[in-house]
Amino acid sequence: MSDIAARVNKIVIEHLGVDADKVIESANFIDDLGADSLDTVELVMAFEEEFSVEIPDDAAETIRTVGDAVAFISKKSA
Amino acid sequence: MFDLSGRTALVTGASGGIGGAIARALHAQGAVVSLSGTREAALQQLADELGSRVHVFPCNLADKTALDGLIASAETAMGGLDILVNNAGVTRDNLFIRMKDEEWDQVLRVNLDSAFYLTRAAVKNMMRRRFGRVIFITSVVGSMGNPGQANYAASKAAISAMAKSVGQEVASRNITLNCIAPGFIQTPMTDVLNEKQTEAMLQRIPAGRYGTPDEVASTAVFLASNEAAYVTGQTVHVNGGMIMI
Repeated sequence: MSDIAARVNKIVIEHLGVDADKVIESANFIDDLGADSLDTVELVMAFEEEFSVEIPDDAAETIRTVGDAVAFISKKSA
Repeated sequence: MFDLSGRTALVTGASGGIGGAIARALHAQGAVVSLSGTREAALQQLADELGSRVHVFPCNLADKTALDGLIASAETAMGGLDILVNNAGVTRDNLFIRMKDEEWDQVLRVNLDSAFYLTRAAVKNMMRRRFGRVIFITSVVGSMGNPGQANYAASKAAISAMAKSVGQEVASRNITLNCIAPGFIQTPMTDVLNEKQTEAMLQRIPAGRYGTPDEVASTAVFLASNEAAYVTGQTVHVNGGMIMI
């Protein structure tokens, strides 16, 4: 697992209080991990802080799974 | 009960009668208080009176740029913001059919728009900290209307609807948003009324007297406290029984 993926997973596990084995690449925040719409906004805010990147609203809407988040942040910080 | 030690608060319109009383009351319960308002000398005077645990941020809420920095400045100075009291407000009274665009715009901008901008900025960090108390000072006229105050009454009613909506969004984060709707309170604004006007006004108030700024402030202390955690989206009417809803 890449460093980015590990940090994303840690944030997701802590924020949503879910088991680590559920936080797989294809896991959808809302459908699989029980997030509500406010959780998804908070996750994006947490990613922004952790990785010092800015995630605009239209991009945030496309981040629906753990894998989406890792891909977006990897691209941004590349 | 109602201990605010370690809490941080920002009060807008703190140079006014009600805002000043709220700032004093929060401070007396132990909070660190930031005072904002347009009259710098009055703010500084209040800060001197309070002594420690106080910061001053002069700000004209009609100025969007100044507004944008206010929450950040207060958070930096106090190390966070737990309690936001949106108290600042203006009136530009006129009969509705004579009301000028500017009179409408100014009242909506200062009363409603500033409450939106400040609350949005504050709630974002309250969500991170999983605690927040937002208090809006509205008015009895937001519920009953008042001839000559279509703009003011509309702005106050709109704030209460905003508080209810946001209250539902962030209740799970331990953030509450409530309104205090004062009736007639003894301030420089009511001091200018003549005897006849005063008498007519008091006829409508079952308590038979004006309220005091301290009676509004004590309600603010309650809503800011840990004890009020289960109260959100509400309007507390402080009006001597003028309307009962």
